[in-house]
Amino acid sequence: MHIPDGFIDLPTSGIFAAASAAGIALSLKGAKKSLDEKSAPLAGLTATFIFAVQMLNFPVAAGTSGHLLGGALAAVLVGPYAATLALSVVLLMQSFLFADGGLSALGLNIFNMAFIGVWVGYGFFLLIRKLLPKTKSSITIAASIAGLLSVPAAATGFVLQYAIGGTATFSVQTVLAAMVGTHVLIGIGEAIITGLAVGAVMASRSDLVYGWRGNSSLLEIRKSI
Amino acid sequence: MSKSRNFLLAGFIVTLVLAGFGSYYASSYPDGLEKVASDIGFIETAQDHTNADGVLADYSFKGIDNARFSGGLAGVIGVFATGIAAGGLFMLIRRKPSGAQHK
Repeated sequence: MHIPDGFIDLPTSGIFAAASAAGIALSLKGAKKSLDEKSAPLAGLTATFIFAVQMLNFPVAAGTSGHLLGGALAAVLVGPYAATLALSVVLLMQSFLFADGGLSALGLNIFNMAFIGVWVGYGFFLLIRKLLPKTKSSITIAASIAGLLSVPAAATGFVLQYAIGGTATFSVQTVLAAMVGTHVLIGIGEAIITGLAVGAVMASRSDLVYGWRGNSSLLEIRKSI
Repeated sequence: MSKSRNFLLAGFIVTLVLAGFGSYYASSYPDGLEKVASDIGFIETAQDHTNADGVLADYSFKGIDNARFSGGLAGVIGVFATGIAAGGLFMLIRRKPSGAQHK
């Protein structure tokens, strides 16, 4: 999903770079409130884990592979603001150190994976969590489905950028259909990995999981009042 | 506290193994976007990466021919680089214990 230089023209890339910078600034503010002594190291580990697992491309269909995006995973584990920062750090490393994702496309990639992937994933997680019973396994299931849906959502971000400033002239509908179709398949892999990872953390240290603490901290606040 | 440290250490070791060892078994098929771009026909609009000749470009360590070692080393370096950058950032911006706060 990492966009190389050249797919999207420079003015459009510049606009998305500015939007990404603004979004990162807001996320720094938001993450400041949500991160404490205990969750800050987990946020660092989450970024590191996503970097590693993004190296593990899995085959999805004839001649196509995909890898974890990790937006929903990170949002559930450490909250959406810290998740945006975690994904942004991963994308910066990949682009500057590993030549993965163009330098001029960095803002485009941050927008799709660190904003859309994280926030759409988090939104679906909250929605699905509400529909399920308040149990630990619901957190894992909700995270997994949110992961699945976040991938075609992030792919749609690319289609938006292509519609605004794509350097090729193929129809937007063609690109949309192909991108969403392919990334729903990749989303299945995302769902499995997200479920395994969230399930593992829920089993060992559920007290650290942002999407679960959200349930219990409400009670604590009420108690302290 | 040591419970936290054990958990983080275990997580970090899993991460190192995935990047350093597991990455060798990753699929080398084009990813979703690349595949769509070549099927539809706009893959030619991609330009070479500015750092395409960098030491770690494409997740392999330049000059090491053994694919398993070259990719594994690149992955391990990436894990440490990401861990230091992200860990440092989050430790810097986290809420400090209330005793240390001045307001």
